[in-house]
Amino acid sequence: MSIDSVTVTEPVIRLEAVDLYYGTFRAVRDISYAFPANAITALIGPSGCGKSTLLRSINRMNDLVPGARATGRMLYHGEDLYGHGVDPVEVRRRIGMVFQKPNPFPKSIYDNVAFGPRVNGIKGDLDDLVEASLRRAALWDDVKDKLRQSGLALSGGQQQRLCIARAIATEPEVILMDEPCSALDPRSTLQIEELMLELKTRYTIIIVTHNMQQAARASDETVFLTMGDDRAGYLVEAGTTSDLFTNPRSQLTEDYVSGRFG
Amino acid sequence: MQPNPSTVTSGAVRRGLQGSGTHWPSVVFQVLLAASLLFTLVALLVLLADVLGRGMPVLSERGIDFLTAPLSSDPAKAGVGQALWGTFVIGVIVVGVAFPLGVATAVYLEEYATGSRLTRLVDVNIRNLAGVPSIVYGLLGLAVFVGLFKWLGLGNGRNVIAGGLTVAVLVLPIVIITAAEAIRAVPISIREAGYGVGASRWQVTAKLVLPAAFPGILTGIVLSLSRALGETAPLILAGAVLGSFSSGNADLLGQLLGPYTALPMVVYRWTTLPQDEFRQLAAAGMVVLLAITFAANGLAIYLRNRYSRVW
Repeated sequence: MSIDSVTVTEPVIRLEAVDLYYGTFRAVRDISYAFPANAITALIGPSGCGKSTLLRSINRMNDLVPGARATGRMLYHGEDLYGHGVDPVEVRRRIGMVFQKPNPFPKSIYDNVAFGPRVNGIKGDLDDLVEASLRRAALWDDVKDKLRQSGLALSGGQQQRLCIARAIATEPEVILMDEPCSALDPRSTLQIEELMLELKTRYTIIIVTHNMQQAARASDETVFLTMGDDRAGYLVEAGTTSDLFTNPRSQLTEDYVSGRFG
Repeated sequence: MQPNPSTVTSGAVRRGLQGSGTHWPSVVFQVLLAASLLFTLVALLVLLADVLGRGMPVLSERGIDFLTAPLSSDPAKAGVGQALWGTFVIGVIVVGVAFPLGVATAVYLEEYATGSRLTRLVDVNIRNLAGVPSIVYGLLGLAVFVGLFKWLGLGNGRNVIAGGLTVAVLVLPIVIITAAEAIRAVPISIREAGYGVGASRWQVTAKLVLPAAFPGILTGIVLSLSRALGETAPLILAGAVLGSFSSGNADLLGQLLGPYTALPMVVYRWTTLPQDEFRQLAAAGMVVLLAITFAANGLAIYLRNRYSRVW
């Protein structure tokens, strides 16, 4: 490969032979994949296959777990996220995260959204930024008259959209979503999925989901992981979602997406 | 004919639903539990009634004079003015020293140094320190703080600052433990959310964890303060004066470095004197001490509720 093979379609995140460990236990082995920009990529696979571990290692959230470490290369625009001198705080500002359970801060709706910009010292009109973030998260009309109320007073689906507004307020390039709908009712789930489809024009989204229909409905690309005999998760098959669901190459994939296993 | 559920006689169903009558073991258990509560309440009420019954006449007769008068060998003139001042200064020193030191230690143990073997060792030792008899801290205060002030040439070193520092060190483990528990009770999801938007560890700790843990920390502080204000034994060793003394017209510095006493010391002293009047004075002193403790606890509850509602 020569250096001039770099093109404008360079993926935002590229994993090269990534292994992830908790202490001596290898949780994920030999993952190589390039996540395309401005698309939704779903990570699917049975429980314990390391989807969440992989997702949380992309923005170095797993640094917070004692004993967690990564080998191989995780590149963000060609720069190694685990390279020497890389500040995890800067990584997380560019690669935001939405968690499984809605986790608004015990603060007002306004302060929830304004928290990221404030700690990152973003200049400009905070009111405008809060409004824009809440609009993009399709929450503005619900909360515009009660911005000073606690974020914890909202419904589950609204809380999760508040968490999405909070994540996009720091203007990240990538948003990681760790089963964002697993604690929500079907209607809220659909709202979040519609929101994701709108957000992908501005952001690159990587989502872990247990819900096959959700992966099929909402994602452009799908990565299927499963657990090997050594209990380490590995990549079985990846590609465009329609291909993977309608024409899987691996029997394991076919069994999983058709619900015969997992 | 098929057996039909509706043909069961209603009397049998009712008897079944009513059960076999009273379940005596649960009744006995409930009575025992209520008796335990009653025992605690009665003990407390008897104590309060006794202290109030003997102390209130003095307080109503002497009024504000009892709170401001200095110590004296004449029971008609003796008051708790100097003791209130000493207790106040000790309280200020405890809050000023034990609060920042204790909370900072708890933050370090819970947020920065988690999981290491050394941290666990320190943690266990702090828990043990909380159970060390207070007289031992008195010895420490005598050796370290009184010794330090003496070495610095500030009188004989037996001053209220040495006493306050001794009591501050005494309650430090309690402050650390309650603060650490309050910090630990903050859900991990709050921290993750903070890190997820690019906050540093300091920002997560200062802007998210500590505010969320604040009501719990505050409760620990005030409980420690109540304990500190009631301590007698360490003050005896740390040089509190048992007899009467005069601060004369000493300025603030002179009062801080001169002889001192505190409310529980005075109460203890008065109970050992032969005159019966002094025992009534002691009861009145206890009422004052109890009033201060209740006020501190009330303040803690007020602040906790107030700051819990800010969300």
